[in-house]
Amino acid sequence: MFTALHFAIIMPFIAAILVPFLYKQFARIHTGWFVLIVPVLLFIYFIQYIPLTANGQTVTSVFNWVPSLNLNFIAYVDGLGLLFALLITGIGSLVVLYSIYYLSKEKEALNNFYVFLLMFMGAMLGVVLSDNLIVLYTFWEITSLSSFLLISYWYEREQSRYGALKSLLITVIGGFAMLVGFVLVYKMTGTFSIQEIVASAETITGHPLFLPAMLLILLGAFTKSAQFPFHIWLPDAMEAPTPVSAYLHSATMVKAGIYLVARLSPIFAVKGEWLWLVAGFGIVTLFWGSFTAVRQTDLKGILAYSTISQLGMILSMLGVGAAALHFDSIDNNLYIGATTAALFHLINHATFKGSLFMMVGIVDHETGTRDIRYLGGLMTIMPITFTVAVIGSFSMAGLPPFNGFLSKEMFFTSMVQITNLGMFNIETFGVLFPVIAWIASVFTFIYSMIIVFKTFAGNMHPGLVRANIHEAPLGMLISPIVLISLVVIFGFFPNILAHSIIEPAMASILPSLLGGNEQFYVNIRFWHGFSTELYMTIGVVVIGLLLFMSLRKWAGIYRLFPESLSFNRLYDQLLVTTENVSTILTSWYMKGSVRQYLMYIMVFFTLILTVVLFGKGAFTVNTTNLAPISIYEAVLAASLVIAALLTMFASTRLKAVIGLGATGYIVSLFFVIFRAPDLALTQLTIETVSVALFLLCFYHLPEITKGAKKVRFQPGNFIISLAVGVTITLIAISASSSKLFDSISSFFSEASHDLAGGDNMVNVILVDFRGFDTLFEILVLGIAAMGIYTMIRLRITGRNRP
Amino acid sequence: MLYILYSVAALFITLSIILSLYRIAKGPSMPDRVVALDLVGINLISLIAIVSLLLNTTAFVEVILLLAILSFLGTVAFSKFIEKGVVIERNRD
Repeated sequence: MFTALHFAIIMPFIAAILVPFLYKQFARIHTGWFVLIVPVLLFIYFIQYIPLTANGQTVTSVFNWVPSLNLNFIAYVDGLGLLFALLITGIGSLVVLYSIYYLSKEKEALNNFYVFLLMFMGAMLGVVLSDNLIVLYTFWEITSLSSFLLISYWYEREQSRYGALKSLLITVIGGFAMLVGFVLVYKMTGTFSIQEIVASAETITGHPLFLPAMLLILLGAFTKSAQFPFHIWLPDAMEAPTPVSAYLHSATMVKAGIYLVARLSPIFAVKGEWLWLVAGFGIVTLFWGSFTAVRQTDLKGILAYSTISQLGMILSMLGVGAAALHFDSIDNNLYIGATTAALFHLINHATFKGSLFMMVGIVDHETGTRDIRYLGGLMTIMPITFTVAVIGSFSMAGLPPFNGFLSKEMFFTSMVQITNLGMFNIETFGVLFPVIAWIASVFTFIYSMIIVFKTFAGNMHPGLVRANIHEAPLGMLISPIVLISLVVIFGFFPNILAHSIIEPAMASILPSLLGGNEQFYVNIRFWHGFSTELYMTIGVVVIGLLLFMSLRKWAGIYRLFPESLSFNRLYDQLLVTTENVSTILTSWYMKGSVRQYLMYIMVFFTLILTVVLFGKGAFTVNTTNLAPISIYEAVLAASLVIAALLTMFASTRLKAVIGLGATGYIVSLFFVIFRAPDLALTQLTIETVSVALFLLCFYHLPEITKGAKKVRFQPGNFIISLAVGVTITLIAISASSSKLFDSISSFFSEASHDLAGGDNMVNVILVDFRGFDTLFEILVLGIAAMGIYTMIRLRITGRNRP
Repeated sequence: MLYILYSVAALFITLSIILSLYRIAKGPSMPDRVVALDLVGINLISLIAIVSLLLNTTAFVEVILLLAILSFLGTVAFSKFIEKGVVIERNRD
């Protein structure tokens, strides 16, 4: 059944088809206004599902796509899917609204932009609402493709094309690995439906394919979510228009990997490897992203690395949340909190990072630069933008009273608690988790402060900024203001999310913990006493402030990491090396010489044939059926050998042609003594004609090669030709020695007169019993004749007429 | 008896072919070679005739005819080539 839910997922694609018509037809109105309707409607539609999922219910509707292959478009709405669907449509609406004011109607190709954006939105909805793994993969690849198109939106710029190619290469490699992982999962469980796989998750944990499948799927998730060391595409994707960066590269697409990890947690999370990989990569990414963000000078660069780092943080919390599965109930289960924190921070990050990107877009739009070295003193000129930046950055840094504070506290809690887990060797290295998390938070604090103070505080940079800078138009400000109000609202009233969104989403991630009619109970509190987490936050603020003040003094440590050791350089080198190596490899064996290729063909041909012949024990010699050799045959065979040798050792071409003609005539004599008159007739005529043609060719050879020498002796060629001859002889001998059944020729000799009314058996076979072959041989001759005629007459580049 | 006779005839014809082949390979001028080639053709005709007697069949009569025609055509073509430099002349109109 194709339901309204399916239609909702497909709707952006349908709208994308209509966009170019609307763009052409209503050139006066900004196309974005039409597009805006789609995400708004979808958002309203998806909000209606909240009461359902909040009560623990799910919605499944199946549309048969390729039922014979188990590929069905199963739309499945549960807490997790709905959370993402609301993010996609909600932030999608705001981004479209923002883009209406950001992109100029006159200068930009809006039809392209909105087609790509809608494509992306539909694909993303498909990813989060599909229950079938292959359908999920299909939508996943469409997100990669549309992201590629959006990054290269200004395709006339070199950097845009570079970034687009890089992101496509990395995400598609991951996507392909993921597909292989999905296929392995299918191999283990026999179904593509995620819900059915989850139901049978316990049966596959010991399967030998379990670990490979997990690694491959995680590779897909990590590349998409820009985890270390696959994070390098995200900063280069910042060449995209700012609405795209805000939407794809902070709020939605980069979270597809996180969605996948969360969605497949019920299947894989029982294993310790999952916890270590997800949490480990997450925490490394968190640190590396925040550490690198500080050295950036481009605002979007800072935000890109900050996105990387925050994604790592969410992922590490999801990994730690997997520890909850090792305790049976939800009472006193400390590690559930990590999953709560991951989901909460996922929402928070989408709100504040979206608004920060839009803020940067406004600054860029109004001043013409995004470089913090040229910015400053915008506080009084752009008060609203400044407010957005302050709230967004402070929330990102984890300061009260914004929502980032809450999620950071919960993050610290989960990182501290993981050290007490007492399994999977966590006691040995587990202490690293809170330490790295804390250091990374210090760096997060520093770059958040850089965003605010380097852009808005201080003095205006004279001369480098435009003359009449002013506050952005209201339309551009609406979306960041909405997002920033959400930051504040979620900060003060976090529990409005708890029951409606987070609890059902947790039920999707940790389904095995819920018995009967239980539900998760989430209560996010501001104040939880003087705990370790609070001291950690205070430490972050104090150390962070000190470091931010003294930024100039210690920024030199970034010079200790030379550019040549970066992952970007590695990627570039890898591409260049791959191209070089393959070029060298190809030019090594593709020499362009037919002689060389013939050598390959012959060598492989003889090798394979002899290996098979002797490997299978097929070589036999059987002399029982052989006829006696007559004197004529012996004489003819001897002359054939002589003629062939004459051809080989001929000193001039003419002699070779004569030798070739002689072999042909001797073969026709063979036909005579083996009683094949028709063959002899044909062979004689054809041989005459072809010798004449050879002579014609050689007569017209150019002067330079006329003084042709004898064929040079090359040992390699000699060995190969000898091997070919010996191989064929051996095969012929063993083929005639091992006759498995009688020939069918007795039928023809009996039936040619009675059935076909002819006494010439050969001709009856040619035109009656097997007339089809003759028909197509006639066709071959016709084609050859026409080809020769065409080659002679058709001279496009040479003279006009022969 | 007849068999031996045929065989001897075949042997002599073969000898004749070999001798004319020597002329083809050695022949100082082109006409020498062409005439020798014509001789080889005629000898082949007789050889095939004797072989069909040996095999006791009439199936090779066409081969004899064809070889005669080819031999004639070949000789004429070569002669024309030696005389005029081309085998088939272009239309003059």
